[in-house]
Amino acid sequence: MVGGGGVGGGLLENANPLIYERSGERPVTAGEEDEQVPDSIDAREIFDLIRSINDPEHPLTLEELNVVEQVRVQVSDPESTVAVAFTPTIPHCSMATLIGLSIKVKLLRSLPQRFKMDVHITPGTHASEHAVNKQLADKERVAAALENTHLLEVVNQCLSARS
Amino acid sequence: MAAAAALEAVAPTGALWGLVQDFVMGQQEGPADQVAADVKSGSYTVLQVVEALGSSLENPEPRTRARGIQLLSQVLLQCHSLLLEKEVIHLILFYENRLKDHHLVIPSVLQGLRALSLCVALPPGLAVSVLKAIFQEVHVQSLPQVDRHTVYSIITNFMRTREEELKGLGADFTFGFIQMMDGEKDPRNLLVAFRIVHDLISRDYSLGPFVEELFEVTSCYFPIDFTPPPNDPHGIQREDLILSLRAVLASTPRFAEFLLPLLIEKVDSEILSAKLDSLQTLNACCAVYGQKELKDFLPSLWASVRREVFQTASERVEADGLAALHSLTACLSRSVLRADAEDLLDSFLSNILQDCRHHLCEPDMKLVWPSAKLLQAAAGASARACDHITSNVLPLLLEQFHKHSQSNQRRTILEMILGFLKLHQKWSYEDKDERPLNVFKDQLCSLVFMALTDPNTQLQLVGIRTLVVLGAQPDLLSSEDLELAVGHLYRLSFLEEDSQSCRAAALEASGALATLYPVAFSSHLVPKLAEELGRGELDLARGDESTKCSRHLHCLQALSAVSTHPSIVKETLPLLLQHLCQMNKGNMVAGTNEVIAVCQSLQQVAEKCQQDPESCWYFHQTAVPCLLALAVQASMPEKGHSVLRKVLLEDEVLAAMVSVIGTATTHLSPDLAAQSVAHIVPLFLDGNVSFLPENSFPCRFQPFQDGSSGQRRLVALLMAFVCSLPRNVTKALVLRYHPLSSCLTEQLMGLLGDPELGPAAADGFSLLMSDCTDVLTRAGHAEVRIMFRQRFFTDNVPALVQGFHAASQDVKPNYLKGLSHVLNRLPKPVLLPELPTLLSLLLEALSCSDCVVQLSTLSCLQPLLLEAPQVMSLHVDTLVTKFLNLSSSPSMAVRIAALQCMHALTRLPTPVLLPYKPQVIRALAKPLDDKKRLVRKEAVSARGEWFLLGSPGS
Repeated sequence: MVGGGGVGGGLLENANPLIYERSGERPVTAGEEDEQVPDSIDAREIFDLIRSINDPEHPLTLEELNVVEQVRVQVSDPESTVAVAFTPTIPHCSMATLIGLSIKVKLLRSLPQRFKMDVHITPGTHASEHAVNKQLADKERVAAALENTHLLEVVNQCLSARS
Repeated sequence: MAAAAALEAVAPTGALWGLVQDFVMGQQEGPADQVAADVKSGSYTVLQVVEALGSSLENPEPRTRARGIQLLSQVLLQCHSLLLEKEVIHLILFYENRLKDHHLVIPSVLQGLRALSLCVALPPGLAVSVLKAIFQEVHVQSLPQVDRHTVYSIITNFMRTREEELKGLGADFTFGFIQMMDGEKDPRNLLVAFRIVHDLISRDYSLGPFVEELFEVTSCYFPIDFTPPPNDPHGIQREDLILSLRAVLASTPRFAEFLLPLLIEKVDSEILSAKLDSLQTLNACCAVYGQKELKDFLPSLWASVRREVFQTASERVEADGLAALHSLTACLSRSVLRADAEDLLDSFLSNILQDCRHHLCEPDMKLVWPSAKLLQAAAGASARACDHITSNVLPLLLEQFHKHSQSNQRRTILEMILGFLKLHQKWSYEDKDERPLNVFKDQLCSLVFMALTDPNTQLQLVGIRTLVVLGAQPDLLSSEDLELAVGHLYRLSFLEEDSQSCRAAALEASGALATLYPVAFSSHLVPKLAEELGRGELDLARGDESTKCSRHLHCLQALSAVSTHPSIVKETLPLLLQHLCQMNKGNMVAGTNEVIAVCQSLQQVAEKCQQDPESCWYFHQTAVPCLLALAVQASMPEKGHSVLRKVLLEDEVLAAMVSVIGTATTHLSPDLAAQSVAHIVPLFLDGNVSFLPENSFPCRFQPFQDGSSGQRRLVALLMAFVCSLPRNVTKALVLRYHPLSSCLTEQLMGLLGDPELGPAAADGFSLLMSDCTDVLTRAGHAEVRIMFRQRFFTDNVPALVQGFHAASQDVKPNYLKGLSHVLNRLPKPVLLPELPTLLSLLLEALSCSDCVVQLSTLSCLQPLLLEAPQVMSLHVDTLVTKFLNLSSSPSMAVRIAALQCMHALTRLPTPVLLPYKPQVIRALAKPLDDKKRLVRKEAVSARGEWFLLGSPGS
C-alpha cells in the first residue's frame, strides 16, 4: 500500500536521510546555441530529466537523496536506448517500486517514442531487487498501475514542480 | 381649502413636501439626492426637511418610518458639514432614541449616526453617549454585513476625532467593542475591526482587565484561512487579512503570555501556510518583546524552530524559521536587564550550541547544513551572539577540516567557516585586541592556503572566497600572510583552460584585495606581472606565439584586474602602454588579437578608474594621447610599414581603441573634458599634433582633407571622444522625449507603408524602445526620461493600429512587426488594460512569416498568458494551433519561445484546456526529438505540465 507521503503521514521508514547537494543548471555551450549543430541526447540530459523528481516520502528530490546519479545513466542516442539504475536509500525501502515507476513515467513523458527504456535498481542495493525490476520492465503492469487513480496521484505529485 | 391655503403660504417648501412624499410613499430613490442638493444650495434647511418629514417619522407602520429616517440620513450624509451645534444635539437625541425602534428601522438610524459621527460641530460628550447607546441597544452581530460595517465606521470616525473623550470611558469602551466584534465573519468587516483593535492598543486606550478577552476575540482568527471567491469585486486578499491580524497580535508585549503558546502550537500544524504565518508572526513579535516576555517560552520556541529547520518541509519554512531564530536572538541581545537579572542570551545560545555542535562533528555529515544555518542565523543577530557562537564553533570546524581527508568534505567545512567569517564583517570592534578572530588567524590562514593548493577546483574556489573575507577584516592579516596570499593569487591567475572559474575568481579576489592592500600588490604582484609581460614580448618576437599566447593574455587580464586602486593604476597603465608601444616598434610579430587584448585590458582599467575622478583624469591624460599618437603615426603614408601599423588600422582594432577612448571620457567632469577638447579637436581639424607624446611625423595629419583612407578612418576615434562628452550628447542626440521625436516617428510610421523600406522601419521601433549598452546611456551623460516607453505607447500605438487596418495586404506585416516590437518592450501593467483591443492584432502577427515578428510576438504573449489568463482563454483555440505550428519553425529561438508559450498556456483555467489535452500531448511528442537540446528542454517541461492538467495529484 502506498502512503500519502509527505509531512506527518505517519512514521517515515528512513526519517533522517543523508542529504546531498543539488548540481547546478547545465551551462549552455556555444554549440548548443548554434542552429546548425545537432546536440545528441546524453547522460546529463537524461539525468536532468529525473534528478528533480520528488521523493514520495521526503520533501527532497531524488538527486538530494542520491537515489539517482549521473554515473548510473547509460544512453545511446543512435541506438535509441536508455538505462537508468536507481539506488533506494535503504535496502528494505517499500517505496522502491513507486520511485522506479515515477522515473519510468517521467522518461515516458519526456523522451522521443523511439527510445527503449530500462529502469532498474542498482544491483545489490535492495532486498527485493529482482521482483521490483520485473514489475518495472512489464509494460502492461506499468500501464495498469497508471490506470489506478491513487497511484497516478502519487506519481504526479512526485513529478510536479516544487512549490 | 384651508389646507391648500396653508400650502400656498409655505411656497418654497411645497416642492420639498412633494419630494419627500415621492421618496417615502412613492418609493422613488431620486428625490433623496435632489433634497440633499437643495439643502446644500441653501434652498431650505435641515430643520425644514425634518418638518416636511413630520408624520412619516412617527408613522405607526415601521416600513414608512424606516423610509422617512432613511431620507433624513441620506441628506445628513451629504450635508453634515452644514449642521449647527444645536441641530446636532437634537438629531443625536432623536437617533439615539430610534435605536430602540423596530429592527427594520435600525439600518437607516445607523446611517444617520454615521453621518453625525463625521460632524465637526458635535459637542463634547455626545460621542460617548452615542457609543453607549449602540453598545446597549444594538446587537451588532445579528445585523447584515453592511450595517455592521456602518457601526465599525462610526467607531473609527470617533476614534479619529474624539480620542480623549473615548478614553474617558475607560475600559468600558474596550469591553463594548470586544462584545460587538465577537463572532464577526466577513473579511471586509474584519479588516476594519482589526484596524480598530490595533489603534486601541497602539494609542494606549485602557484595556483594563480585558487584555485576554481582546486577545481571544482576535486570535481566534489565527491562522487566517480565507480564499477569496472567484471574481471577488472587493479584492480582499488572504494576505491583507494575514498582515492586519498580525499587526494586532504583534502590537503589544501584553499579549505575549497568550500568543506564544498559540504560535508554538501552530508551528507544529500540518498546514504549510499556518506554519509560515506562525513563524512570521513570531518574527514580528520579537520587534516589541523583551527578555521578560520570552523567558518562559524559549526552550519550546527553540525546539519548534529547530524541528522545522531540520525537517525542511519546504525552503520557505526553513527561511522563515531561520528568520525567527535571528529575531529571537536579536531580541534577547537587545533587552536592557536589571542588575540582578540573569542574561538569557547566554543560556539560549548555549542551548543552540548544544543541540547543533554534535551534528557538525558527525563523520557522515548529515544535518550538517541545517545545523550550520541555525547557528549562523543566531550569530548574525548581534555582535555578542556572533562572538559567543564563533568562539565555540570555529575551533570545532578547524579540527573537523583536518579530520576529513576528502576534498568534498573539506569544501563543505570551509564553506561553513566562510559563512561564520562573513558574519563578523557586520560588526566593528573598537578595540583591536578584542577582535575574536585574532586568536584563530594563523589557523585560518594555513587552512585557506591549503585549500588554494588543493587539486579540487571547488575547494579552491571556496578558499579564494574565504581569503577575500579574511582580507576584509581590518588589521587581521600580517604582511607575511599577504605576501603568501599574493603569491597564491599570482599562481592561480595563470591556471589553464580547464579551471577558468578559479582563474576568474582569483582575478576578482586580486581586485578586491588590491583596494585594501595596494602596497602588498604593487610590491609583490605588479613586478612579477611586468616580468611576465617582458618575457611575453621576447616570445612574441621569436614568433613563439602558440605556446605563450594564453599566458600573455592571462598576464594582461591580471594587470587590469588588479588596477582597482589609484596607486596601482599609476604602475599598471604605463606598463600596458609601454607594451603597446613595444609592439609598435615592429620587433614583435603582433597579430590583431594581441593588440585587441591590450586594448581590452586598457578598457577594463579605464572602467575601474571611473569611480575615482583623479584616476579617471590620470587615465584619460595618459592613455588617450598615447593611443592617438600611435594611431596617427600608423596612418602616415610611409614606405615599409611595419606589420603592426597595418594592424592598428584594422576595423576590429580601431573598434577596441574606440571603446577605450569612450570609457576614458564618459566620467570626466565638464571642466576636464573641456581641457581635453582643446587638445583633441585641433588635432583633428588643424593637424595640431603638439600634445602627442611622439609628434615628429613625416607629413601633416589632416583627416578631414587628406585623401588617405588611413587618416580618414581615425575620425572614428574622434567620434568616440565626442560621443562620450557631457553636454553635446544630451542636447543633440536624445530625441526620445523631445518635441522633434514625434516628427521622426511619424516619418518612420509613414515608411511602414513602403514595401521595400517597411521591414527596416519596423525594426526601427525595436531600436527606439530598447536599451543600448554603449551609447545613449545615463553613464554617457544621455538624458533618459522615465516612462518614455509608456509615453511612446500612448502616442503611437493608436496610429499603428489604424495604419494596419488601412494598409494594403502586402505591407500589413510591417505594422504588425512594429507593433509587436513596441508591445514587447512595454511594462506589462501598462499593457494589460489595453489587451482586449490589441490581442487580435497580436494573434495575426503570429501568422506573419517573418521570424523576428514571430519571436517578438511570442515573447510579448508569454507573460500575458501568465498575467491575464482570463482574457487569453477566449482565444485558446487560435493560441494552441499557432503555438504548435511555430514549435516546428526553422528558427531555434522561435521553437523555444513557442514551447515556452505552450507551457505558459497551462496557466489558463483547466476546463478550457482539457479538450485540447490529447491533441497537445501528441503534438508535443515531436519536439521531444528536436535536434537542439535547448528546444527539447522546453518541450519536456511544457509536455510534463500538460500531462498534469486535470490529472489527480497535480
